[in-house]
Amino acid sequence: MDKLKKVLISYAVPIAFSILCISAVLIARIPPIFLASEIVRRLSRNTFLVLSLIIPIIGGLGLNFGIVLGAMAGQAALFFVVDWKIKGLLGILVACLMASAISIVLGWLAGLTLNRAKGREMITSMILGFFANGIYQLIFLFFIGSLIPFRTKQFLLPEGVGLRNTVDLYGTVASALNNVWMVRIGTVRVFVLPLLIVAALCLFIAFLFKTKLGQDIRAVGQDMHIAEVAGINVNKVRVIAVIMSTVLAGIGQVIYLQDIGTINTYNSHEQIGLFSIAALLVGGATTRKATIWNAILGVLLFHTLFVVAPSAGNKLFGQPQVGEFFREFLAYAVIAFALAMHGWRARKILM
Amino acid sequence: MDRFLEWLKRVDIPTLIIFLFLIALFVLAAFTKVSIPSLLSDSIRRIGMNGVLVLAMVPTIRVGTGPNFGLPVGIIGGLLGALISMQLGLAGFTGFWVAILFAILICLGIGLGYGWLLERVRGQEMMVGTYMGYSVVAFMSIMWLMLPFKNPDMIWAIGGKGLRYTLALDKYFAHILNNFLKFKIGGFEFPTGLLLFFAGACFLVHLFFRTRTGLAIDLVGQNERYAISSGVNPNKARLIAVVLSNVLAGVGIIVYAQSYGFLQLYQAPLFMTFPAVASILIGGASIKRANIRNVIVGTAIFQTLLTIALPVLSQVTRGDITEVMRLIVSNGMILYALTRTPKEAR
Repeated sequence: MDKLKKVLISYAVPIAFSILCISAVLIARIPPIFLASEIVRRLSRNTFLVLSLIIPIIGGLGLNFGIVLGAMAGQAALFFVVDWKIKGLLGILVACLMASAISIVLGWLAGLTLNRAKGREMITSMILGFFANGIYQLIFLFFIGSLIPFRTKQFLLPEGVGLRNTVDLYGTVASALNNVWMVRIGTVRVFVLPLLIVAALCLFIAFLFKTKLGQDIRAVGQDMHIAEVAGINVNKVRVIAVIMSTVLAGIGQVIYLQDIGTINTYNSHEQIGLFSIAALLVGGATTRKATIWNAILGVLLFHTLFVVAPSAGNKLFGQPQVGEFFREFLAYAVIAFALAMHGWRARKILM
Repeated sequence: MDRFLEWLKRVDIPTLIIFLFLIALFVLAAFTKVSIPSLLSDSIRRIGMNGVLVLAMVPTIRVGTGPNFGLPVGIIGGLLGALISMQLGLAGFTGFWVAILFAILICLGIGLGYGWLLERVRGQEMMVGTYMGYSVVAFMSIMWLMLPFKNPDMIWAIGGKGLRYTLALDKYFAHILNNFLKFKIGGFEFPTGLLLFFAGACFLVHLFFRTRTGLAIDLVGQNERYAISSGVNPNKARLIAVVLSNVLAGVGIIVYAQSYGFLQLYQAPLFMTFPAVASILIGGASIKRANIRNVIVGTAIFQTLLTIALPVLSQVTRGDITEVMRLIVSNGMILYALTRTPKEAR
């Protein structure tokens, strides 16, 4: 009985969310085929980004709100690939390489910053994301076209400086990964290659924690002082964890955007942090513990709710707006709840 | 000269940079066609407009829980107060004071709950506060659509349900403080009432930190164990500080709204937090130390910077670079404060 209670408590969030999802689906009366095709697509689109959060959590840095830095790197890379008109899979490959290169630099800087703010990494990484967003806007609103050459005039604002609000990927790299291998099950389209990439990343993460580096990351996450005494260079390990997370986020953003097909120049990266973190937490992760399964389950549950919330809100209250606000509220509330639990537990350990 | 160098050492480098930037902007303004008196009166108006919100940061910083990133929680209370006053159809000073009264009452209630929550998550107040702010704003967005406000000035004209995004305060208490004892010197306008209110609020908070309770709050922030051994209940001190911060946030948003002339609902409260945090940090506060002088200096520098940057820089560059500058300056300042090594024991 006690054991059952323990299981129920530790899986409280996923269970509550499952109930919420099922009732929302029943209320909204969404056709199951439509729901299935949406979920499969979102699974191949978003899981990579959510997985990028796992390494810093195990490294004891908490939720890395700094993945927006990686997302910005991914977008920046895509802008140039589009400008250079590199098409198809080659374009994706070039974008991934460029995104990784930028992400390594950004992740290194982020890691150094977070090492100066031990104990308040999460708020620092969040503010770091906002700060980087300012720099990003400065570059892509004022420098591009003036200081940085950009040939494709149709993506620039009328004065020839600064990118437009949306940059189109159709005709260059849109769906380049999706189209390589598509399987149709009834009317549900399954994009196999992105799913395979996600599976490969899962294997990589599982493998990483079997290596020396992975064990070091885990040790640092459990107790920094003991790790230090054991001869691990704590600061270096933490920087590596942040770099890895940022690079994965950069690649994840490329995968995400090739599916979406258009880049929302000044918004796409902002939502990524929020939705990825919320999804991971919905899957039952905490700020100190996260697994691959948390990520997959989280994407499933969170995006089910995401798809059905507006129509459920419409059916219940007669206003689709209520559903949209409700969905936003849930994303924030889940994070607030997880953080509160984190604080609560940290305090119990201290006492 | 030595004293000047000594003073220079104590000033934060970012504050100095921002201050020098501000002076450079003024010099630039002198060469352009921008009218400096109107810039100055705009700046003064905005200092009074945002000041109380910045003041709300003081209690939580002093009690040791960091800047109040949950500012929207208190702002919601203030908005509710203003809405109730409007629903009652009160105008002028009556409307304003009734709004303040309701705001204080509601914020006391909300603050107690919020303080209770923060007490449970000691050490993570900034992060939990931020996301509590976000969640409360999203939750209240639903409520704005559902709450039974009936005043036709406030709800959507079509459908007759749900509050509008921005409510005009013209018929209620817009500019009521700004116009109180206002005087003009040439093109320069001085909103006496607004600044009197801000000064009064600062003075009250200053007095509060002279009382027994206020000193207890300071003590808890400086050294919790010492506070306990001196017979202070740290939990109670923190609760009081959070409630006070909430009340100031609620009052602050009403002052802001009356000066702006509009009450902004839905997402708007979210955009108040980071500028307010940045302001007090620019004024020389750290995440563990703050006083009234930091509030006044910080608000003055930051708001003047924002006011004068737009007209001056728009003559030099194309487009609105100030929004980007605001993002970089405010978040850069917060980042600096979060990452600097503590040297509090001065």
